[in-house]
Amino acid sequence: MSDMPVSNRVRKVVEENKEVKTIFLEESMPGAIPGQFVMVWLPGTDEKPLALSCLNGEAAITVQRKGKFTDGIFRLKKGSYIGVRGPYGNGFDADACTKPCIIAGGVGIAPLAPLAEKLAKKKPVVIMGASNEGKFIFRERMEKVGKVEYATDDGSCGRKCFASDMLEGVVEKEGIDVVYGCGPELMLKRVFEICKKKRVGCQLSLERYMHCGFGVCGSCAVDGYRVCVDGPVFSSKQLEKMTEFGKFARLKYGKKVSLNEYYRWRE
Amino acid sequence: MRNPTVLASGFLGVNVEMLKRVVEEGAGAVTFKSIGPRVKSGHRNPTVLAYEWGMINAVGLPSSGYKDMEGELARMKELKAPVFVSIYGASVEEFCDVAEAVAGYKPAVIELNVSCPNTKAEGMVFGCSEKLTAEVVSAVKNVTGKVPVMPKLTPQALNIAGVAKACEEAGADAIAAINTVGPGMLINIEARKPVLDYKRGGISGPAIRPIAVRCVYEIYEAVDLPILGMGGVTEGRDAVEMMQAGASAVGIGSGVYYRGIEVFNRVCEEMKVWMSENGYKNVKELVGAAHE
Ligand SMILES: Cc1cc2nc3c(=O)[nH]c(=O)nc-3n(C[C@H](O)[C@H](O)[C@H](O)COP(=O)(O)OP(=O)(O)OC[C@H]3O[C@@H](n4cnc5c(N)ncnc54)[C@H](O)[C@@H]3O)c2cc1C
Ligand SMILES: Cc1cc2nc3c(=O)[nH]c(=O)nc-3n(C[C@H](O)[C@H](O)[C@H](O)COP(=O)(O)O)c2cc1C
Ligand code: FES
Repeated sequence: MSDMPVSNRVRKVVEENKEVKTIFLEESMPGAIPGQFVMVWLPGTDEKPLALSCLNGEAAITVQRKGKFTDGIFRLKKGSYIGVRGPYGNGFDADACTKPCIIAGGVGIAPLAPLAEKLAKKKPVVIMGASNEGKFIFRERMEKVGKVEYATDDGSCGRKCFASDMLEGVVEKEGIDVVYGCGPELMLKRVFEICKKKRVGCQLSLERYMHCGFGVCGSCAVDGYRVCVDGPVFSSKQLEKMTEFGKFARLKYGKKVSLNEYYRWRE
Repeated sequence: MRNPTVLASGFLGVNVEMLKRVVEEGAGAVTFKSIGPRVKSGHRNPTVLAYEWGMINAVGLPSSGYKDMEGELARMKELKAPVFVSIYGASVEEFCDVAEAVAGYKPAVIELNVSCPNTKAEGMVFGCSEKLTAEVVSAVKNVTGKVPVMPKLTPQALNIAGVAKACEEAGADAIAAINTVGPGMLINIEARKPVLDYKRGGISGPAIRPIAVRCVYEIYEAVDLPILGMGGVTEGRDAVEMMQAGASAVGIGSGVYYRGIEVFNRVCEEMKVWMSENGYKNVKELVGAAHE
């Protein structure tokens, strides 16, 4: 067994919009499934978890520019070396559904896009939310796969509401039996509550600060679950048991804080 | 303890819920991740990696400080197994501050991390010196009342048995050994950079088992205290070996990586099978057996 960053060359960089880039890797990760992530190392900068956003014969990561680490990712060019280890985590269970709905907030579409493609035969309904039209990514990819509903904060595309506000209607109208989601945790909490009320299952991908990525250090703990190996995808049954979901997260040094404070801290 | 396996400090022990889970997975006792005097952010990633023969880490003792941990410590009675609390400090005074606060929650044992190789100020400075380690132990004993104190020793000490002996004389109730070996370094040759951001890191896992067994063997000959032996235990046979070297209980950390969080039940099952095949009835018969 070995879990060291393996040098991987960047094959192609796609600018999705001003804030989001997709980096295609030379290594195609044949065994990986949608919802899994890799630990990406930028020597001298940091190492962080990133979802695999493309898995059809080529592997990619999609990052939103936020802080130091993602700035570093933004500077990568074709041929640059990065260190990659993984894939890690459980991934989505694509067999659990007959009529799926996929709901994403912002860059949360990253792990869901390859899932939507895998589920294409089941005609998933995709709900994407963003602050305005310019922020959406993967529109073409998703429109090829199923019906796409848009929600924006300013009404510049689709309906003027949060993505989660559209979920209940979609679940009723389309006969959805499983909802797959990723995005800001407060949105996911809403999604979870709606699914509970409507008695449909959900699988939601959570996000926590990570050191090891393979289940030994505990930094990604949500109650007794490790987001890196027991997740990042959790089922309704597991989410139901969590007291910290939608409420608390841990900072890098282990302090438990409210989600708001957690988002403020993240550099 | 219902069995001799103990979750080693620094693995998973960030909150009560996670420790509960480790108890459900079979651990005989569990250890909270080392708690320090104040907020300490630890090192930048990469911090925890595994190479072919072991793990290498430079987490750097991140801690939210003992005051912040009081909520978790207050709940440790919910756990259905003895709870060890590992603490560290940069001076004798800091060790005492943390120890006194922690002792108020009556853990089964306070483990003194005088042996972490991953920080400049704390830890190994103490652990390499018989005198300094003994000073920490006797000062801490003065503020912890009836709560047993167990220093955790570093294999980097020139004479680990001598350090153990000094601890015994200073009033230690048990000895834990060993912390990680090293520090070591691994370089990514394409990036031409050490892979750990902190460059150096402690080695654990199968690579260090022979060193751990030797240390426990020597400590057993030097002192009359119970020993918590650890370093590279991943299977029942390794645990039997550690006990034959002189350990009364066996710490498992990196084993969580090699065999999953289920490692505790698996090691216990494997020990049972080996013991029944070899005519042992009680684990106590194993302790120090290699010395006879
Ligand atoms: C399992 C897992 C998968 C991840 N996948 C991605 C990914 O594919 N792309 C990516 O850009 N980041 C992803 N992240 C987050 C990533 O590790 C970094 O935190 C992030 O890239 C920003 O790094 P930063 O230090 O530059 O800024 P930070 O300050 O850490 O940026 C944090 C902001 O990004 C948003 N965000 C972070 N992760 C996600 C996510 N998974 N879904 C939706 N919103 C998110 C949060 O809402 C937050 O506002 C993932 C994290 C985990 C635990
Ligand atoms: C990621 C990691 C973190 C650790 N953190 C601590 C710690 O906080 N305090 C401590 O006393 N030892 C710490 N250690 C050392 C272990 O508790 C243990 O002594 C060592 O790893 C040897 O046992 P093992 O081979 O079973 O892992 C850590 C080890 C690792 C790999
Ligand atoms: S990141 Fe270390 S346990 Fe999840």
